[in-house]
Amino acid sequence: MEAVYRTCAQTGLKVHNHAERLIRANAVAGVVSILFGGIAAVLVLLTRWPAVHLLDPASFYRALTFHGINMLIFWIIFFEIAVLYFAGPIVLGSRLAWPRIGWVSFVLMVAGTLLINIAILQGKADVMFTSYAPMQAASYFYLGWILFAVGALVAVCNFFASLVVAKAERTYTGSIPLVTFGAATAGIIAVVTLAHGAIIYIPTWLWSLGIIEKIDPGIYRLIWWGLGHSSQQINVTAMVSIWYLLATLTVGATPINEKVCRSAFLLYILFINLASAHHLLVDPQLSPAWKIWNTSYGMYLAVLASMIHGMTVPASVEVAQRKKGLTKGLFEWLAKAPWGNPGFAALALSLSLFGFIGGITGVTFGAEQINIISHNTLRITGHFHATVVAGTTIAFMGLTYYVVPLIFRRHLISTKLATAQIYLFGIGMTIFIGGMTTAGSYAIPRRHWDVQFATSLFQPPVEAAAFAFLGIMGVGGLFALAGGALYVLITVGSVLFGRRVPDTPGAVPLAAMPQDKGQHVPIKGTTVLVLVFLASFIIYYFLNWKWLAAIWIVK
Amino acid sequence: MSLQTLQGVWWKKVDASEKMWIGIALVWCLILFAMMPLWHLKGGQNPSFETYRTTPEQFLKKVEAFVAAGPKAGEEKGLPVIAPDPKTEVYMLGRLWQWYPTLKLKKGETYRLHLSSMDLVHGFSLFPLNLNFMVLPGYEYVLTITPTTTGEVFVVCNEFCGIGHHQMVGKITVE
Ligand code: HEM
Ligand SMILES: [Cu+2]
Ligand SMILES: [Cu+2]
Repeated sequence: MEAVYRTCAQTGLKVHNHAERLIRANAVAGVVSILFGGIAAVLVLLTRWPAVHLLDPASFYRALTFHGINMLIFWIIFFEIAVLYFAGPIVLGSRLAWPRIGWVSFVLMVAGTLLINIAILQGKADVMFTSYAPMQAASYFYLGWILFAVGALVAVCNFFASLVVAKAERTYTGSIPLVTFGAATAGIIAVVTLAHGAIIYIPTWLWSLGIIEKIDPGIYRLIWWGLGHSSQQINVTAMVSIWYLLATLTVGATPINEKVCRSAFLLYILFINLASAHHLLVDPQLSPAWKIWNTSYGMYLAVLASMIHGMTVPASVEVAQRKKGLTKGLFEWLAKAPWGNPGFAALALSLSLFGFIGGITGVTFGAEQINIISHNTLRITGHFHATVVAGTTIAFMGLTYYVVPLIFRRHLISTKLATAQIYLFGIGMTIFIGGMTTAGSYAIPRRHWDVQFATSLFQPPVEAAAFAFLGIMGVGGLFALAGGALYVLITVGSVLFGRRVPDTPGAVPLAAMPQDKGQHVPIKGTTVLVLVFLASFIIYYFLNWKWLAAIWIVK
Repeated sequence: MSLQTLQGVWWKKVDASEKMWIGIALVWCLILFAMMPLWHLKGGQNPSFETYRTTPEQFLKKVEAFVAAGPKAGEEKGLPVIAPDPKTEVYMLGRLWQWYPTLKLKKGETYRLHLSSMDLVHGFSLFPLNLNFMVLPGYEYVLTITPTTTGEVFVVCNEFCGIGHHQMVGKITVE
């Protein structure tokens, strides 16, 4: 396949045609997935809202399986592959190493997606996205996972091969940019993750065909979560890279210290793959020592990494803004930030919601003992809607509003609407998460059709407050769904009907880099913000120990 | 900027405010870590690691022997209510879609509760107390529990176990 390049008039980047087309294809597949997942979310939300209780049990469990897989796996991973193709070949001005293989991997992923979705919709895989053995789905469901994982693995290898090509063909000099570095970190974690996927799904597939007799449920859970949780670390790493990217595109920020940022990314690789323990803390088959070491990723050094990024990203924004003369007081730089730019709105919401809600709840519920009062309740689903939805998904949405003009070369049909979309989704999600997590602290279970227990042998009384919080979850969820629908509309509408972006520099407004006069710029505002964060963290963490101490004694 | 390559020697000294934050964050991480072993030493709620390999058949036999031995405190909704003596071995099994049997315990007394599953993975969740453990087939999990409240608590299954998952509710009464 012939390599053809164009030079982007907006960024000056050299764009390889196959890389660009593959970015488009993967982004489209991602948006289709979030549409599917979103339709299922409407049904799931309206069923878990006791006042509505829409679906029958079978349809609910089916819709929930469909929602989890299409959102968490398809939407996120297709988009991530698009990010890798951007951060590798395009940022480095090189070619995609293997264009044909790039398409093969895309086709594999699409085939896997179709097999899985067909299995679920046919009612042959009502097993949730975790499909805990010995619960069994039709064998083509597992085959779909294998195809998807192999496709994604090949795509990641293609990204790494492109880094090698760029180096060999000297398309750049010096060290790779931070965004590429972050993406490479995500890629390394992805390889480890997808290897777990192969280790668990190949035997499970053979078991579903009757070739292997038995799968140990304890070992299944251990290895499955090597895939399931580690893949969340790909999301975190990709999201943090996008934070740095959005900070550059929206306010012209430069990482304040490359050494610190890169070391923090390295900590992710070293420690984050241990986190499968988060899901196994109240399982019978593992020792406390194993649980403590692994749940803390070896003494929380990956949490340390996130706390470092949580400071360096806002600090880079503060420095850039102060260099532009916004130096009054602690927060002029923040007050006068481009809040009307959807990219910046997404950066700010993603960073703060991920940190304040997702991060704090995640570390707290992941403490071995506190997990006793959170495992499999709605506290957990609340937590991860704060990480992978309010964090990762909002970051992806913000980035989309740059992908459309720069890669699809269409103007957004309305930037104002795009900004409103981000706020609507972010605020709706915050209310939804607040309701869900709090309902969970009344022991309301996740993945449960009826918490009024109308058809069970015993009818446990449920506190009125728990129902009230489920109602709050429902209302917030509706706002978030409206925001999500708007995202799909704006994206599809702009790609199909947006004005063409002309090849004149400045047609897409990108932030100018502030003048660097070598002056020392203080980061007082950021320091205050991170200290507020730490205080919230400490309070929430110890409150949970207090709640834990109030339940029965168990050992 | 984050999209540019870096030339020459790009690592520079870490700023004082950054150093301070990294230091504080590291200390906090170590506190987070220390809390878990500390709670094992001093705290009242810790996941047990008393686990035995079993099979559904073996475990069913044990549960049946436990129910037969009693002392039986009546029947509720077709399920035996067992009121075991404090400090003894107590059994409960999970199966599609039932917790068997129901129990009557005494506040402040300690029991060794053995849990396992006859079929799929189930979630043992004391409701509305909010105490959660996993129940896997093939593993006999022993929780040493001391009820500290009186009244009825329910055992809700909180791991998806098929179409009747939401119906799987058992009961423990504490006097
Ligand atoms: C407007 C958006 C959304 C709404 C209203 C929503 C709502 C819900 C609800 C009500 C549940 C069911 C909880 C339960 O019964 O256990 C759920 C589960 C879930 N959601 Fe979402 N969600 C949204 C977006 C997303 C996105 C964007 C992702 C991923 C990127 C996501 C990932 C998941 C996952 C993984 C589950 C768990 C499925 C399972 O337990 O098997 N959701 N969501
Ligand atoms: Cu169950
Ligand atoms: Cu269940």
